[in-house]
Amino acid sequence: MSIDWAAFTPYTALAGGALIGLASAILILGVGRVAGMSGIVGGLFSGHHSEQWRWYFVAGLLASPWLYQLVKALPPIEVNSNIPVLIVSGLLVGIGTRYGGGCTSGHGVCGLSQLSLRSLVATASFMAVGFATVYVVKHLLGFGAN
Amino acid sequence: MSKLIALLSGVIFGLGLIVSEMINPAKVIAFLDLAGAWNPSLGLVMAGAIAVALPAFYVAKRKKNSVCGMEMHLPNNKIIDTRLIVGSLTFGVGWGVAGFCPAPALVSAAAGQWQAIVFSLAMIVGFYIFSVLERKT
Repeated sequence: MSIDWAAFTPYTALAGGALIGLASAILILGVGRVAGMSGIVGGLFSGHHSEQWRWYFVAGLLASPWLYQLVKALPPIEVNSNIPVLIVSGLLVGIGTRYGGGCTSGHGVCGLSQLSLRSLVATASFMAVGFATVYVVKHLLGFGAN
Repeated sequence: MSKLIALLSGVIFGLGLIVSEMINPAKVIAFLDLAGAWNPSLGLVMAGAIAVALPAFYVAKRKKNSVCGMEMHLPNNKIIDTRLIVGSLTFGVGWGVAGFCPAPALVSAAAGQWQAIVFSLAMIVGFYIFSVLERKT
């Protein structure tokens, strides 16, 4: 393993992370809800579409890049996947997060913040597979290798 | 009031993802690439988020109602089963391949990035497929 120090951005990572934590704190203390993205958006399809706070949260999320751009240009969004790969991976993320009851925000941030063993198992599972998947795709299959 | 708070939370959440550059799949994949040129940034994003959210959840657990008077909906599910693990493993594959998880995908899509739009539409179809399968069982 070698650390890519040039690409490592500790301060913006911590600051952005703190904002994500703040947003989660506001939602739980203000509205009594967990800021789990797959649950909030996915829940709209599982009979929770009448819960208006979900729509407002999503509206705020979708507005965020435009508000950011009032001040600064967006950081780069670099995607190396083609359309079939995007579709298959999107389906896997959609079904997997709902089946597993959460994603990086719900289990990874909010769940771990509640010291939930269930969320720790979920986070360890998707992280481990994430590491393994990148290893296979990049180093065994040779896609996107640099 | 609760709508405004939810809106504000959504905006701040999205800004956090942008500031931390987690909307960039290349940066996410660089974190997951232990064998390559590893970028530990995402780890610090999670650490920063948990450092702020942890005390909030500590307080929330000891309260019956939210500031807006709504009931606290804290997950009380402690079950660790194949559903949790298989679901999370499935998510991990999609995340590792594309570098998108749900929130960053939606923010990038809202910014007009076309690949994120394709991914997000597929993800929403995935949410829908799950809801249909759940209704049947």
